[in-house]
Amino acid sequence: MSNTATEARTSTFDWGGFIKKYAIVGILLLFVILLSVLTGGTFLQPQNLINVIRQVSAIAIIATGMTFVIIINGIDLSVGSIVAVSAVVSASLAQMPDASVIMYPGLQLPVFVAILAGLAVGALLGLVNGALVAGFNIAPFIATLGMMTAARGLALIYSGGRPISKLNPAFNWIGQGDLLWIPVPIWILATVAVAAHVVLNFTRFGRHTYALGGNEQAARVSGISLNKLKIGIFALSGLLAGLAGMLLAARIGSGNPQLGTGIELDAIASTVIGGTSFNGGIGTIWGAVVGALIIGVINNGMDLINISPFMQQVVKGVIIVLAIIIDERKNR
Amino acid sequence: MSENYLLQMQGIDKIFPGVHALDHVDLNVRPGTVHSLMGENGAGKSTLMKVLIGMYQPDGGTITFDGRQVTIPDTATGLGMGISMIHQELSPVPEMSVAENIWLGREPRGAMGLISRSRMKKSTQELFDRWEIRIDPTRPMKELSIAQTQMVEIAKAISFDSKLIIMDEPTSAITETEVAHLHRMIGQLKESGTAIIYITHKMDEVFKISDDITVFRDGKHVASLPAAELDRDKLITLMVGRELTQMFPKLEAEIGEVILRVEGLNRGNLVKDVSFELRRGEILGFAGLMGAGRTEVLETLFGVFKAESGTITIDGKPVTINQPKDAIAAGMGLLTEDRKLTGIMGVLSVRDNMIMAALPKYSPNGFLNRKRIDADCQVQREALALKTPSLSQLIQNLSGGNQQKVLISRWLLTLPDILMIDEPTRGIDVGAKSEIHRLMSLLAQQGKAIIMVSSEMPEVLGMSDRIVVMHEGSVSGIIDRSEATQERIMQLATGPDAAAA
Repeated sequence: MSNTATEARTSTFDWGGFIKKYAIVGILLLFVILLSVLTGGTFLQPQNLINVIRQVSAIAIIATGMTFVIIINGIDLSVGSIVAVSAVVSASLAQMPDASVIMYPGLQLPVFVAILAGLAVGALLGLVNGALVAGFNIAPFIATLGMMTAARGLALIYSGGRPISKLNPAFNWIGQGDLLWIPVPIWILATVAVAAHVVLNFTRFGRHTYALGGNEQAARVSGISLNKLKIGIFALSGLLAGLAGMLLAARIGSGNPQLGTGIELDAIASTVIGGTSFNGGIGTIWGAVVGALIIGVINNGMDLINISPFMQQVVKGVIIVLAIIIDERKNR
Repeated sequence: MSENYLLQMQGIDKIFPGVHALDHVDLNVRPGTVHSLMGENGAGKSTLMKVLIGMYQPDGGTITFDGRQVTIPDTATGLGMGISMIHQELSPVPEMSVAENIWLGREPRGAMGLISRSRMKKSTQELFDRWEIRIDPTRPMKELSIAQTQMVEIAKAISFDSKLIIMDEPTSAITETEVAHLHRMIGQLKESGTAIIYITHKMDEVFKISDDITVFRDGKHVASLPAAELDRDKLITLMVGRELTQMFPKLEAEIGEVILRVEGLNRGNLVKDVSFELRRGEILGFAGLMGAGRTEVLETLFGVFKAESGTITIDGKPVTINQPKDAIAAGMGLLTEDRKLTGIMGVLSVRDNMIMAALPKYSPNGFLNRKRIDADCQVQREALALKTPSLSQLIQNLSGGNQQKVLISRWLLTLPDILMIDEPTRGIDVGAKSEIHRLMSLLAQQGKAIIMVSSEMPEVLGMSDRIVVMHEGSVSGIIDRSEATQERIMQLATGPDAAAA
């Protein structure tokens, strides 16, 4: 008797759940419509939309890694500084021989070496974060706060405080080029987001991530190696920050040690707007990407309708807090 | 007992979801006496005390204190009326000094309304001098031993000049000398007219200090008698003397060869030289009072905490277990005591909760085999009659009994040979309870070896083939099903020496 009742309930569509789950997409669409009207259609032009996505691609890539970190009840404040380290290191290995200030005179490396170096240095710094958190039991906030400060210093030391310019066009292509009419950064973002979604939902690593965030003690009793998992997740966040760093360097054609300042806050905001819970165990990649898009849409749209950048900050702040309030209510 | 009472609690009723914690309970305490509360774990002693100090609100009944009928909406009111309590779980602020802890929330003020440290220190010193406590009031709390912390808590409770002091297992963490000291203090308090409600599991202590004894069982008042009219055996009979009303569907299982042998297992003071054997098809019950070390034995075996010494042999082969992963690989499963704290992952789905311990099996190359996961979870769902709208439902939305079933499934999916279940039916309604008991029986029939820690006497007696009784970290006896009685278990659980006498 009760069995048929439960079957019946599963077969009817759960509208409440659906709306709760995808409310964030609705909010994005709402902004898009609102801005389209306010700009008289300028906002909706394909070129502008593509521009919006390209502008947030670095934030969205970092937010993807941040989602893993926040799901396990962590936080990664160091991503902005890792962006800078990766930018200066990869740029220094991708300079043209005729650059006026050259880091390694006479060294001509294939571009993929520079890219690998940028990724590797990001992953390495993330690994150190993870080791501090897992091995020394330091709170992620503190461990990555230290890394945030130290890595920024390393980027400045490495570059001598100056931007590293005159980069190989092949390197710049990853930030400036198009592939099938779509900018390369968008392709990279799409690839990263899909891969991260697959990892989070279809692999053991992903289930372990949710388990650790959902209940660390229970995860341990279930035989999950927590230390390895934590180190892996922080390394992943570092790796993606490294990737974002190269995208940003390639876009402006120079590795600037000040690159990525404050980007960690945009990435955290994207993740949170996207529904990832600070209480752990809850979060999606697509949510983080949509969150980043919302931030991009607000920035771009408010630029188009000439709202002052000061006001934009206020609006962004309000939206972040609203997102958290909605999240709290949803999970009660 | 017809004198004036300091405290009269009449018909106190308290209902928690699914549990009738206090069923119209009475308690009458005379001034200047020690009144001991006795009963098994979960009999309702602590709940009644929490009602008395204002931590819980009763669902019915009256409290008369010092001649007036009162309601106690919060602990501050209770303290103000002259009721203080030494809690079983100590809760000092570790970074503050001894004096600051004692005067917390009622700090003596000096000039301009600021806290006066000198007065605080002086009054603490006076308090300590009067009660012969030798602890420096300026020392930070965190530097104190557990026993010293306990003495500070006792001093703090006394410092309120209360008319009634509740002591919930005050001697569980202190040495013989300090116990004697405490008993002297209690003597002086009695002389000054203070009444004391005393909760302890130590039989010898009860008869040494009590004037009156009240016994609770399953949330009901059983008897209140002068201590002089009781002895140890009578008291135990009162505590356990219930009829086995619940039916236990224990099925006969074929007891096979020894699968697990534990020898000389040690972990600090919690697990002391524990040895036992477990056979296939057997349900081995672990009985004992709270804090006897039963949970700790399971946790140590499972690698949640590392053993200091001891050997574990499974199927004749010695195994090393440093972490839960090793235990799972050796064919063990552990369903922990606290479902919420160490069991469920609340915001995850039923499916995710089920597969968590068996994940390597379902993702040989790292990627999940979703078809197999869904099929196996569906089988579990049907086999255990799990009530959930879908496998994607968040586990936190299920009832306690159904959550427990999911956790049992979590371990069944790892195909363990040895299943350790800590309090299998705590906080679960009666229907789900008997289902879980039946399931344990079936598993034993299938040749699984089961260790069951339980604080519920009927469960221990009803389900176990053999019973290991623990007392203060050690095994005080292993008894066979045929010779197990509630009295025998309680004798062993309250201390091996007294039982021999």
